[in-house]
Amino acid sequence: MSATVTERAGGGARGVVGTRMLRREDPALLSGEAQFVHDLSVPGALHLSVVRSPHAHARVLEVDLSAARECPGVVAAFSGRDLLGEWAAPMPCAWPVTADMQTPTHYPVALDEACYVGDAVAVVLAESAAQAQDAAASVSVSYEVLPAAVDLADAASDRVLAHDASETNRAYIWELAPDAAAVERAFAEAAVTVSERYVQQRLIPAAMEPRGVCVVPQPFGGDFTVYSSTQIPHILRTMLGITAGVPEGRLRVVAPSVGGGFGSKLNVYAEELLCLALARRMRRPVRWTEERSEAAQATIQGRGQIQQIELAADAEGHVQAVRVHLVADMGAYLQLVTPGIPILGAFLYHGVYDVPAYSFTCTGVFTNKTPTDAYRGAGRPEATYAIERAMDALARRIGVDPAEVRRRNFIAKDKFPYASSGGLLFDSGDYDAALAGALELADYEGLRAEQAQRRAQGSAKLLGIGLSSYVEMCGLAPSRVLASLNYAAGGWEAATVRMLPTGKVQVVSGSSPHGQGHETSWSMIVADKLGVSPEDVDVLHSDTAVSPFGLDTYGSRSLSVGGTAIAMAADRVVDKARLLAAHRLEVAPEDLDLEAGTFSVRGTPSRAVALGELAFAAFTAHDLPDGMEPNLEAQATYDPENFTFPFGTHVAVVEIDSDTGRVDLVRYVAVDDCGNQVNPLIVEGQVHGGIAQGVAQAMWEEAAYDEAGNILTTSFADYLVPAASELPSFTLGHTVTPSPSNPLGVKGIGEAGTIASTPAVVNAVVDALAHLGVHSMEMPVTPERVWRAVDAARRTPTGGTS
Amino acid sequence: MIPAKFEYRRAGSVDEAIGWLREDPDDAKLLAGGHSLLPLMKLRLATPGVLVDVGRIDGLSYVRDAGDHVAIGALTRHRDLETSEVARAHAPLLARVAAQIGDPQVRHRGTIGGSLAHGDPASDLPAAALAYGATFVAQGPNGTRQIPADEFFLGFLETALQPDEMLTEIRVPKSGGASAFQKFNRRAQDWAIVGVAAVLDGTPRVALVNMGPTPVRARAVEEALASGASAVDAAAHAADGLEPPSDVHASSEYRRHLATVLVRRALEEASAARG
Repeated sequence: MSATVTERAGGGARGVVGTRMLRREDPALLSGEAQFVHDLSVPGALHLSVVRSPHAHARVLEVDLSAARECPGVVAAFSGRDLLGEWAAPMPCAWPVTADMQTPTHYPVALDEACYVGDAVAVVLAESAAQAQDAAASVSVSYEVLPAAVDLADAASDRVLAHDASETNRAYIWELAPDAAAVERAFAEAAVTVSERYVQQRLIPAAMEPRGVCVVPQPFGGDFTVYSSTQIPHILRTMLGITAGVPEGRLRVVAPSVGGGFGSKLNVYAEELLCLALARRMRRPVRWTEERSEAAQATIQGRGQIQQIELAADAEGHVQAVRVHLVADMGAYLQLVTPGIPILGAFLYHGVYDVPAYSFTCTGVFTNKTPTDAYRGAGRPEATYAIERAMDALARRIGVDPAEVRRRNFIAKDKFPYASSGGLLFDSGDYDAALAGALELADYEGLRAEQAQRRAQGSAKLLGIGLSSYVEMCGLAPSRVLASLNYAAGGWEAATVRMLPTGKVQVVSGSSPHGQGHETSWSMIVADKLGVSPEDVDVLHSDTAVSPFGLDTYGSRSLSVGGTAIAMAADRVVDKARLLAAHRLEVAPEDLDLEAGTFSVRGTPSRAVALGELAFAAFTAHDLPDGMEPNLEAQATYDPENFTFPFGTHVAVVEIDSDTGRVDLVRYVAVDDCGNQVNPLIVEGQVHGGIAQGVAQAMWEEAAYDEAGNILTTSFADYLVPAASELPSFTLGHTVTPSPSNPLGVKGIGEAGTIASTPAVVNAVVDALAHLGVHSMEMPVTPERVWRAVDAARRTPTGGTS
Repeated sequence: MIPAKFEYRRAGSVDEAIGWLREDPDDAKLLAGGHSLLPLMKLRLATPGVLVDVGRIDGLSYVRDAGDHVAIGALTRHRDLETSEVARAHAPLLARVAAQIGDPQVRHRGTIGGSLAHGDPASDLPAAALAYGATFVAQGPNGTRQIPADEFFLGFLETALQPDEMLTEIRVPKSGGASAFQKFNRRAQDWAIVGVAAVLDGTPRVALVNMGPTPVRARAVEEALASGASAVDAAAHAADGLEPPSDVHASSEYRRHLATVLVRRALEEASAARG
């Protein structure tokens, strides 16, 4: 069922692209009819329960499964050693960022050493989920508890080793220093330098649907169908094949409705491998559904960095160099792209500013905690946070308004395409326009006046205004660039467009949605290309049997890479249809116009043939031009030449209760530029969710651990995901600077809100407190942190100057 | 999120429920709205062998004007308390507190009896009941008895109810409007980091949420008020003698500070309401 209520965004343009078409995905999601992995009814399935280490670091001395095997309904129970023969290779890491990167061997179930709280040490299979869980409690494991490397800075010192057999916790050191001498020179000559240290706390991705897997052996031929709540059915199929030793052609991976991922389902997980290997071993379907508290340990976490950023500027605040040293928390093991996440931000620590000299170093460090990996923005929110907070620090140092220091440093509009000192080519931008738009929407002057008035009156309600101007690189990714970064795959995307005999259209997408609205957007693009109604376009995806090639959905890539492939395939269908139309109308192909799904002869519009008729003619193949193959179908694979670079400015306004430290976000303005917009309604939805998620990092969320490495935030009572009641209504604006990098002129908007909003909020908090002498503030900005900062500043009367 | 195995029994009457409790005093638990017990069971922090569902017992959901007091049936849901005209007129603090518990789903399922019998120091209704000087009616095998709120909360999640007793009614002395509830949390749906219930009709009574192992009265504040201290001066004693917990949301020290701020605000608000 699809609803196509539309409302023109701009007016004037023909077709549906650019209109606020309602998402065709939503009726099933809102009515509960959408089927997630857990909803699948699979008769005869065994239920997997995973026994996890309660220690952050321990030697596994003995795993006693005898009691568990006697429990009602239990069919089998295994230790890590029992399953070693199932694996053709350890769990995969696809991004060895340096040649000498240390990669601890990682099996789905640990063999002799458990390296984080949640590391699997045994599994139980039973006839029901309840029986499996009951029996798991009967598994008796003897441990020798080892010292744990928990705190990131401490782990970096190698005082305690996260892996007993290793010599260092260092996974790698990755450097980007195109001209180190220029950086040194800039700092030596700088009139002003700023040196700041920030901590990116770990975050739990907390997708609405936890992970789930169900593997069904097919009755004949040794094939397996893998249902998984994943962002990456294609990559998963390849990696399952390699790791479990199953010929890839015998695996079909299906991602049914997927309830969010935010990067956490861009991975190959132990439970996916276990369900496959155990289905093979037991010759029965095997399934597993993650529990919410289990997800706090067993699903990757985001962020986890200590950032040192230095700016060298002249007396007017023109930044001449940026120097960054990161320590990045890998967690206990390298998951699929763990080591590469900080590197995705490596090129962007100078932000939207025209900075001539740049250097970046990242040290990846193992700790005895859940592995980190991609989380909405992946490296770019961290980069934006550091530069945007440092720019505010610079503004305070030279006594200039934060908006002004940004204006002075923006890459000018006429410098695009802009070759950055980090080595990227920024495609297009107008950063001044986005800042100006945001300041106007926020009534920035009025806010500053109110702030001054409140301070003059000594109001207990402190007002803070925070800015964040951002640029991100997305549309992952040009394959040749990925090769230069040692990533193990390419970055292209594949699509097929075919017309069925009745004139209906099927689109096959290699990108795999989990909430983004691909079906709606792809149908709009193809509808306009072919001149048909969007309702006549079906979009097939997320099943490797239907869509054999694809590189899936992450990194704000689906529209700029996958959408481009779809547009190219649709163009090829039109090209072929044009030849057939010319044949039937007996004119030259170039004498035909295509409008509203009909080819007509230029100057003689009565001589026309509709695309639907051509589809039927191509199907019957009774009268095709010589050499033309039957059917209207085309495939396209698009490998982008460059990333795309969305940008914008966000403004956060906070009110702080100086008695309690409570921070209320009272106003939020975002002006984003993602190039051309296919569906502004979907763009707004992405911006709304992205802002909420970034604000959450600033104010509420933290995966907290105790000193022994136990995670403390295992439920939504302790891990504070904000609800609508915590957030103001957002004021959104847009500028449109098309990307020259792809024919659609689009950029990507899935991560932008998350990237921009975190520093905007923390800058607003510091802005509210700076006059009291508070300049540093860690995340999340809890009321207690704010109260302590204010209290400490009050006790230090001289702290008011800086 | 799968509870350990348990037996489920649905009670048709209070007597039937009490009979089942008597059969299994160590292993049976009453289930009303389920919003405290079921999460504990799903996390396997509670593993009762028998669950006695009292949620369908007729006649225990009411808010009545009973002359000098308001009588509230133990199975009254938070939402019904929030919207009760009787509660709003004669026990307005309870109606206001009920309106701030959890989120709408919780308020439509959770019951006042369940919340009080659970005895969680982080819950709001126990502190409100203390501030009102409520009386709890418990029914057991030998009939009913009345327990003053001040003698009800004995320890962490521990109350004066016997294993074979069921809380059936809450009696709240009629009160005017000179009351206030201050709740401090990080998200609207959360338990209070600290909460304060203050009633200034008659002898001032102030009770605190999440400032110790039980819901607790701020005795030092009450004494200061009784001896004529201002709200500001009295509030400075909010944490006297108390050792609030430290957890992932707040340190003990911060809770002590919050208590002083929130008590001052509650006293000022209640006093303003008195006019």
